[in-house]
Amino acid sequence: MTLSAFLFQALNGLSTASGLFFIAVGLSLIFGVTRIINIAHGSLYMLGTYIAYSFATKIGGVLGFWGGILATALIVGAIGALIEIVLLRRIYRAPELFQLLATFALVLVINDATLWLWGPEDLLGPRAPGLGGAVEVLGRKLPTYDLFLIFVGPLVLVILHFALARTRFGRLIRAATQDREMVGALGVNQSILFTSVFALGALLAGLGGALQVAREPANLATDLVAIGDAFVVVVVGGMGSITGAYLAAVIIAEVKALCIGIGVVDFGFISVNFSKLTLVAEFLVMAVVLIARPYGLLGRAQATVRSIAEPEEPIRPATPMLKALAVTVLALLLCLPLLAQSSPYLLILGIDVLIAVIFATSLHFIMGPGGMHSFGHAAYFGLGAYGAALLVKWLGVPMGLALAAAPLVALAGALLFGWFAVRLSGVYLAMLTLAFAQIVWAAVFQWEGFTGGSNGVIGVWPPPPFDKSWVYFVLTLLLAVTGVLLLRRFLFAPFGYAMRAGRDSPLRAEAIGIDVKRVHWLGFAIAGGVCGVAGGLFAFAKGSISPETIGVGRSIDGLVMVLLGGIQTLTGPIVGASVFATLQDTVMRQTEYWRALLGAIILLLVLAFPQGIVGAFAAIWRKGKIEKSEGAS
Amino acid sequence: MSVLAVHSLSKAFGGVRAVNEVGFAVERGEFLAMIGPNGAGKSTCFNMINGQLAPDSGEILFEGKNIAGLVPRTIWQLGVGRTFQVAATFGSMTVAENVQMALLSHAREIYSLWRPAGEMHRERALDLLEQVGMREAADRPSRELAYGDVKRIELAIALANEPRLLLMDEPTAGMGARERHELIELVKRLVVERNISVLFTEHSMDVVFAFADRIIVLARGRVIADGDAAAIRDNAQVREVYFGTGKTFAQSTSQGAAS
Amino acid sequence: MRPTRHVFYLALAGSLAAGFAMPASAQNTIKIGELNSYKAQPAFLDPYKKGWEMAVEEINAKGGVLGKKLEVISRDDGANPGEAVRVAEELVTREGVAMIAGTFLSHIGLAVTNFAGQKKVFFLAAEPLTDKITWANGNKYTFRLRATTYMQVAMLMPAATAAKKKKWALVYPNFEYGQSAAENFKALMKKAQPDVEFVTEQAPPLGKIDAGAVAQAIDDAKPDAIFNVLFGGDLAKFVREGNTRGVFKNRTVVSLLSGEPEYLDPLKDEAPVGWVVTGYPWDKIKTKEHQAFVDAYKKKYNDYPRLGSVVGYVTMKSLAAGIAKAKSTDTEKLVAAFKGLKVDSPFGPFSYRASDHQATMGAYVGKIALEGGKGTMADFKYVDGASVLPSDAETKKLRPAAD
Repeated sequence: MTLSAFLFQALNGLSTASGLFFIAVGLSLIFGVTRIINIAHGSLYMLGTYIAYSFATKIGGVLGFWGGILATALIVGAIGALIEIVLLRRIYRAPELFQLLATFALVLVINDATLWLWGPEDLLGPRAPGLGGAVEVLGRKLPTYDLFLIFVGPLVLVILHFALARTRFGRLIRAATQDREMVGALGVNQSILFTSVFALGALLAGLGGALQVAREPANLATDLVAIGDAFVVVVVGGMGSITGAYLAAVIIAEVKALCIGIGVVDFGFISVNFSKLTLVAEFLVMAVVLIARPYGLLGRAQATVRSIAEPEEPIRPATPMLKALAVTVLALLLCLPLLAQSSPYLLILGIDVLIAVIFATSLHFIMGPGGMHSFGHAAYFGLGAYGAALLVKWLGVPMGLALAAAPLVALAGALLFGWFAVRLSGVYLAMLTLAFAQIVWAAVFQWEGFTGGSNGVIGVWPPPPFDKSWVYFVLTLLLAVTGVLLLRRFLFAPFGYAMRAGRDSPLRAEAIGIDVKRVHWLGFAIAGGVCGVAGGLFAFAKGSISPETIGVGRSIDGLVMVLLGGIQTLTGPIVGASVFATLQDTVMRQTEYWRALLGAIILLLVLAFPQGIVGAFAAIWRKGKIEKSEGAS
Repeated sequence: MSVLAVHSLSKAFGGVRAVNEVGFAVERGEFLAMIGPNGAGKSTCFNMINGQLAPDSGEILFEGKNIAGLVPRTIWQLGVGRTFQVAATFGSMTVAENVQMALLSHAREIYSLWRPAGEMHRERALDLLEQVGMREAADRPSRELAYGDVKRIELAIALANEPRLLLMDEPTAGMGARERHELIELVKRLVVERNISVLFTEHSMDVVFAFADRIIVLARGRVIADGDAAAIRDNAQVREVYFGTGKTFAQSTSQGAAS
Repeated sequence: MRPTRHVFYLALAGSLAAGFAMPASAQNTIKIGELNSYKAQPAFLDPYKKGWEMAVEEINAKGGVLGKKLEVISRDDGANPGEAVRVAEELVTREGVAMIAGTFLSHIGLAVTNFAGQKKVFFLAAEPLTDKITWANGNKYTFRLRATTYMQVAMLMPAATAAKKKKWALVYPNFEYGQSAAENFKALMKKAQPDVEFVTEQAPPLGKIDAGAVAQAIDDAKPDAIFNVLFGGDLAKFVREGNTRGVFKNRTVVSLLSGEPEYLDPLKDEAPVGWVVTGYPWDKIKTKEHQAFVDAYKKKYNDYPRLGSVVGYVTMKSLAAGIAKAKSTDTEKLVAAFKGLKVDSPFGPFSYRASDHQATMGAYVGKIALEGGKGTMADFKYVDGASVLPSDAETKKLRPAAD
């Protein structure tokens, strides 16, 4: 690679960086003020591209393109305001992260709405009027539009910077980012502030999406790609820091451009294709940055936000009624194999639900009592699944041994990653776990010779008698019940108490001799290990596994299950997993627009049960008891 | 041997010497108050003793062992209890469980995965709660308690590891006058029974002058006075840093009592 | 309790009941299970669905097969192998379908292939291109319709070697399809032209290409020719950047699938003229059978067919032909019937090879041209799949796992 090629790739990187910056900056602002992790941010970005496409093609010309971009930004901003007013405002008091569930539902709904409105085909917009050509730089042609983007990113950064520094609104945003409670104390109308920030964030996402219309086609997969990029940039830059977001965007874009520029390098004994590294480059950058700087490049430790949600109830041993219910459910499940003849699918669905239960319960173990929001729990599911499957593939070990090894592989991974993760907290911890999961995913994806690459491992079927679904179901049930009871036992043991102590008040916990990080680390490892059981079971249930097993989608499914059931209850993840897995199975065959339907159902659930399903029942139950006791006195 | 002996303790933040060559000692069974105007370095000093901050230089000897730079949990394990300025309990646990937690930790049982914690050390926890007058509230969620009661729970927690030294950072902050006196009276009674030494910082002079065996005064990071209540009242330098000149502690204590 | 909650309970109860209830099974239909990544790959699969729906309608209008109507139960596979296997199980165990068909992405096709082999279910892989479905991981119960990655590459080889270029650059999406296309190309090129040199390989992640940088890196490597495997959104971005930066100027470009309307049409007037591609010039194929297909399709949907439409259409036609030949929906009989099964398609007649279960339906190879502001194919010809497939004897070695 010559010096001029290198410099030119750096220019390419800068124009990509502007794009990344636009996706990320709005998310950063929104999170800074409202503490909402807005998964639908990528959807707003995608809408930006689609709407701008319509302006550019329906009206056309200079007005349609440039005017359309501005109009799009305003429209998407308005949509953002609407989302905040109609939906999010109703659930600010819900437990932490619950808003994530609502925005996840929005992703599903918006994606299907876009499909319905614009159709399935990729829509490539026209070139930008006036900026369609290229200019000669370093003996190469740089598209004029890229040059424009190189400048427009920093321009928006400067405008935002001054707006935040010089205006009252800006000062409020900065104050709220640092200390949300203070703003309430200053007598600021919080709901107006939240709505405006959400609208501003959405507007920037819309603008970013609209500006891409001249570079890439409007595509229905953009939403998830964009949100992934946005999270990484925001976290690397430091939550709430817009300059940090730009800096992070530049670093990530440059690293990628460099990887692409280097291309294939022959080291003599091995030749490495660096362009393949772009698959995971941003996550490598994120992991390195977070390990070195726990709050991102320009982020600052945030004042601990006292949750405005109802705090959690003390855990109590199962009441006789709950025990009776559990025994009944178990008895019913044990009867399921009797139906194997008449409705065999029930058992297959049952196996999937039980695997989801183990997955969600293990995630809840660290998310609820541990207070560690893992966004990368799929890593341990995947390690378990691959651990088992690869043992079968390469060493031909029997299923029993492979299933026993699955949690050990996952445990090893969780011990390694957890050691770094527990040094962080809050959303940074969440993102570091995500980064680790993506790194595992990429390793599995790339290491074709060993893991089968994108095809995965094929032909991992259980031997007789487990090839009969009812036998495998009973095995899964046995392991699921063991896993759930084991985790429950741990939570009621001193270790579980210590984990909650570390979550409730790390300072106090340390002051009574608890090594919070160590406790959380071990908790993380235990959850990872149990999750590995689910992965192992999954591999044999499906007969094949692929990198999707470790994908972001599975991690998000886990979050949804835990939140849906109720993060503050111990039975929540069981109910959440069962409901979500069954719903998904049912909804997927109901309608062509199943995603929108699933999203709508989750939205309904979110509004009806702001504490999750079990959380809501528990609250009703408590209320009933209080009323009864008051009536009696 | 003093229970706690601090020698030449210093800590600077970005060039500002928050604590500068501070030295003092706490004797067995002594109830020692550390006072000083805002920014005098009390909290910094305190946080170095309890391990939250590492000193730049100096020694902190607890029963002759240098604990400077150790982490809070190690210092606690050596036998130093503490309460916080803003009371901190484990909100998702009952009152009794909060105390049990400390007992479990003291017994080095927190890594136990099997026995249900709810029944472990419960009797001892109830006993401690009895002593701070909170036995009745044992099974209530700790987050429901009034602030004054939380302070009592903290006291019970602090006593759980049978400390020889108790560090209390502004134990009565945010409390009314009557509550304040009741709490300190309780503390004093409990520590005298157990022969525990206490080092506490305090803003309300009424409490300080009524209960402290000895008082040390910090100003701009240095110890400017060390003596009993009478000596401190009469110390011109102390009057200077607190009030300029002219006012006396007699006036201030009455104001404090009224607020 | 708020009213929404009541609504929800009802909905939940209803959906659970629906989930557990056994569907009423009609005895006078032949049930075919179909699964695909409809939500993840709508651009290809929307026309695909229209295609098979039209085929089913045609078949049933003529009285169905064996006196029974075809009933297709179609599902989304969630673009995820694990989910796909569950959906396949659901189709087989709950819906009681006689056979399954579909899938688009290679790894999902492979997972279902493996499932079919394990559970002894007849599976017609409609769309996934990976060679492994019929070769390395092929099994007795799985057949595949579309021309494989190997076949598509082989179809382009004459043009690639005729260009007589020494330095080649490769660009492909970083997953099974792209990787194996690149491997196939390199192997075939080295054989045909031993002095060939591959100056760079760019493997951007699927759907996330950094097109400017990739185009530039290829330009900087100064190749004489480019072999492209990108498709969909990645292709559109790459073409626009490459055009603006002059990357394709004076260079031969050989490209897989780029002549398919699904991927060519979004490029509009920026379609890269002169690229040698495999594809489907739907408006220029004037054979009788194809014309009939296009007319019927246009009449039914008021839209023109894409390649997906043909694949969907021929999938159902193949199944109908197979059932008719087997005179049964029994799996073993179907497998026997599909070996050497002859099927009439809009591309003309083709057959399923007995040796590797691969259909010989070919593809069109030609050059991209611009006509009326739209991309199309010129100088194209139909390449029969049978002409690029290895012989039966060679094939046997490629199928260790089968039978």
